[in-house]
Amino acid sequence: MRALGDLVRWLTDPVNWQGSHGIPVRVLEHIELSAISVLVALLIAMPVALYLGHTGRAGFVAINVANVGRALPSLALLAFGLVIAISLGLGLGFWPTVFALVPLAIPPILTNSYVAIREVDRDIVEAARGMGLSEGQILRAIEVPLGLPLMLAGIRTAAVNVVATATLGALVAGGALGRFIVDGLALQEYDQLMAGALLVALLAVATEVSFAALERATVPAGMRAIG
Amino acid sequence: MKRGRTLIAALVAVAVVASACGGAGSGTTGGTAATRPDVIVGSTNFYEQITLGELYSQILEANGYKVTRKFNLGNREIVEPAIESGQIDVDAEYLATLLAFVDKDGKIAKPTTDPKETQTGLQKALDPKSLTVLDYAQATDQNGFVVTQATASSKNLKKLSDLAPIGNTLVLGGPPECPTRPFCQLGLKNTYGITFKDFKPLDTGGPLTITALEGKQIDVGLLFTSDPSIVAKSFVLLDDDKHLQLADNIAPVVRNALLQKDDGTLKRLLNSISAKLSQAELNDMNKQVAVDKADSKVVAAAWLKKQGLIK
Repeated sequence: MRALGDLVRWLTDPVNWQGSHGIPVRVLEHIELSAISVLVALLIAMPVALYLGHTGRAGFVAINVANVGRALPSLALLAFGLVIAISLGLGLGFWPTVFALVPLAIPPILTNSYVAIREVDRDIVEAARGMGLSEGQILRAIEVPLGLPLMLAGIRTAAVNVVATATLGALVAGGALGRFIVDGLALQEYDQLMAGALLVALLAVATEVSFAALERATVPAGMRAIG
Repeated sequence: MKRGRTLIAALVAVAVVASACGGAGSGTTGGTAATRPDVIVGSTNFYEQITLGELYSQILEANGYKVTRKFNLGNREIVEPAIESGQIDVDAEYLATLLAFVDKDGKIAKPTTDPKETQTGLQKALDPKSLTVLDYAQATDQNGFVVTQATASSKNLKKLSDLAPIGNTLVLGGPPECPTRPFCQLGLKNTYGITFKDFKPLDTGGPLTITALEGKQIDVGLLFTSDPSIVAKSFVLLDDDKHLQLADNIAPVVRNALLQKDDGTLKRLLNSISAKLSQAELNDMNKQVAVDKADSKVVAAAWLKKQGLIK
């Protein structure tokens, strides 16, 4: 119970809400780090998923390759990212962490998006083709809108994983909410450590809830009754 | 000193200490050079300690002592009991850290920022253990604050007190606990009146701090005073002119039993090393071993020759 009291005291102390080391700055840093990482993963995974999903080629090979990303330990990627970032002159903190987070975000985005496109009813696609739509038009006007909820579910999984793992950045002198956890441990200030963990968990839940709402909002009107 | 190393090192140390127990009897009876007692030189498990062990070993060997090297034994938790119990006879130690280690509650003496005073206190704490600390060197291995060569020349920085008027334009980097530690940011504020613009949590004298200094993400970084990167990267170690840090000067520690068997030559030889071992000399040797990957045996021999201590 004392630990809980310490936690509440830490979270309500105005000092911890101010300046470049305060909670608002760290939360924004965490969101920025996570958003950039997911965005980079999207730029890599989405074109591949759309192409493979639409053509139906080599899909499972790509998915299996992407799944290796799940098996790579993020900590090792972080160390590797640090070496690369230093040699490229990108500095400490932000970019090494992005390097570690992107492979974590790729598999759910790639897998879900590929399946989302494949799962679109082939009769609809054939009908569209029969009506003279080009392949690009089929993808844009039919496959993507119909697959969007499932694609968003993949992005949601990726984003939640990334938000929860972005704490690693503090190990390579990054900012974000991991700072509270790493510094709390170094200083043996367990209230700070717990507050950091709690804030990360809250941010991950908030990410989950926002994406769930977005998924519901993007279900095409014609499909709502079914769901 | 502060560096903890692996389980493997501990296991090796146990094995070495065990074999030393077995060999002790034959070692003392086999010595035919009657005037010179045999000496076992020990060390803890990082490069600086091994170089220091080589310095001690080679100067003794050059003067007719039969030396057995027992290096890399482990951390102080292993090496200190080893010298106390006679498994080793000599090792290189750090005044303040050893005093805090052998007299944990500070009942006999507390380490201070003055090496002379700390050495006297340490000797008091070592008396009941029948150990003697010989002369200390100018060289230390303790917290040091460094800036890049460019920062030092553009802002004309030589010593820590030079930072006081411009601290509010500089970013300090160091281990996350630095802001609340008396030998880090807190001490800089209280002893020197330095208030930094910001603090960046990094690591304890490791690659992050070095990279952040080079990449100008920090202006002042905490490294150990004998860190090889100070020489390798041409960092400028700011002089601790108001004596914030405890005196962790390097000094040989010897068993009294060995000194009694000796005619005073051993003491004179080891003290002659301390007399020449400046911070710059130590850091240069550390850089050769840790950065250039030179053999510590060769580095030690070259240094002893350069100083005219061996032929």
